[in-house]
Amino acid sequence: MIRLVSLAALLLLWQIGAWLSDPHRLPGPVAVFEKIYEEALSGALFSNLAITLARVVAAFALAMSFGAAIGYFMGRNKLADRLLDPWLVALLNLPALVVIVLAYVWAGLTEVAAIGAVALNKLPNAIVVVREGARALDPHLEDMAWVFRFSPAARLKHLVLPQLAPYLAAATRSGLSLVWKIVLVVELLGRSNGVGFEINMAFQLFDMKLLLAYALPFVALMLGVETFLVQPLERHVSRWRRGVSRRLDRI
Amino acid sequence: MNDTSRAGGAASLDVSIASKDYHSASGRPLRALEDLRLTLPAGKAGAVVGPSGCGKTTLLRLIAGLDKDFVGTIALPEHGRLGMAFQEPRLLPWRSVSDNIRIAAPHVSEAEIAALLDELGLAEHATHFPRELSLGLARRVALARALAVKPDLLLLDEPLVSLDAALARDLREMIARLIDERRITTLIVTHDLREAIALGDKLFLLSARPAHVLATLDVPTPRRHLEKEAAEIIEARAREALAKARAEPPQSKQ
Ligand SMILES: Nc1ncnc2c1ncn2[C@@H]1O[C@H](COP(=O)(O)OP(=O)(O)O)[C@@H](O)[C@H]1O
Ligand SMILES: [Mg+2]
Repeated sequence: MIRLVSLAALLLLWQIGAWLSDPHRLPGPVAVFEKIYEEALSGALFSNLAITLARVVAAFALAMSFGAAIGYFMGRNKLADRLLDPWLVALLNLPALVVIVLAYVWAGLTEVAAIGAVALNKLPNAIVVVREGARALDPHLEDMAWVFRFSPAARLKHLVLPQLAPYLAAATRSGLSLVWKIVLVVELLGRSNGVGFEINMAFQLFDMKLLLAYALPFVALMLGVETFLVQPLERHVSRWRRGVSRRLDRI
Repeated sequence: MNDTSRAGGAASLDVSIASKDYHSASGRPLRALEDLRLTLPAGKAGAVVGPSGCGKTTLLRLIAGLDKDFVGTIALPEHGRLGMAFQEPRLLPWRSVSDNIRIAAPHVSEAEIAALLDELGLAEHATHFPRELSLGLARRVALARALAVKPDLLLLDEPLVSLDAALARDLREMIARLIDERRITTLIVTHDLREAIALGDKLFLLSARPAHVLATLDVPTPRRHLEKEAAEIIEARAREALAKARAEPPQSKQ
């Protein structure tokens, strides 16, 4: 309810701003929604959103799986941690733009370079968060699993993943928002489709309606993924913390 | 220098530890166990009694193979399938009671798990999560988990500590019944002499740290029929043996 009020207030402010300024600088909501409708009818909006979303998913999956594996390894192995930590610090401090440009220079303006560059930008953060989780694994449970001869699969499924879940959720949350943003930059610099490419086109033509017609649905999509995918997933993995969950599970 | 073999023999559990030191980052090593020997026949329950901090948990960790940094040898029962209840329950907090048992004993049938839960009075708690359980119940779940794997050797670390008197008595009777019926070779460690007499066929009285066995005492079986007076006589004998062992010069320890 409060969210709706806040959203309505934002729309109102936008409308007022549009009245006060030149429509070429800030078109009003109605004009933008008309443009969105137009782009949707032609199919361009959806294909561009889908392409961008696919890049986000690919880069995110790549960064999270490598990040989780490397982070776990560094969290459990002191020598590996000491060896790899300087690399990690370097990667953490490397500007996103440098990674992207280098990737395009070395691998060409290709899909692999684009997705790889985004994944590489997210990777160090995933490593750091999962490493923290791996360091915090309960040694008491570790001993218990050893005594009862847990298989490696059982250990991973019942011992490691449940303990890493809050860290993976945190990495997912911060990672998704980072990946969304960097994918647009990568598209702008070296791809010929996707939301970032369209926004660049709109910028070149100074078409603010087109720019907003891509920016808004994109933000809406991000919010949708966060609200309907990430948050429910987070609640699901931490349900054992709440006493009532057991009963809810059975209903 | 250590050797944990799985060879069976007349004696089911044969422990001979020359020394066990802990190395802290700073300072000199801390000797937890020294020249500790004990032998437990197959199917018997041994109760190790010693003051807090003498090295009882350390001893169990060495027997369980959780710590291999010691000098000495430990021969486990044949097959060496281990069941253990730690001093804390150590259940998986994100899994239900029955899942906790199922995960530790994946080859055991559902019917057997259900029967075990029933036997330990846990049937109505099968779907509960560990945080919904009292300490007494959580201990019983940990015990059920240790029994579910059908162990050749059962290790129990202070199974009754921090329970109130009535709960401790119930659980003690339950443990005594379970290990008597199943004839599992069991090693229980406790700081409480009465508890040890109630649970063990054989008592091992430990010194203060570094721990070694000061005296060994047999408890007449079957324990269940042990009269209160008889238990008191054994207790008096144990205290006498302890006093005598302590009075003797240290080089005479076996
Ligand atoms: N991991 C460890 N590192 C250093 N010292 C330890 C460690 N574990 C136990 N100790 C010390 O060893 C001694 C014996 O401990 P413990 O076996 O837990 O005793 P108990 O179970 O009989 O109370 C204690 O003095 C304890 O402080
Ligand atoms: Mg202890």
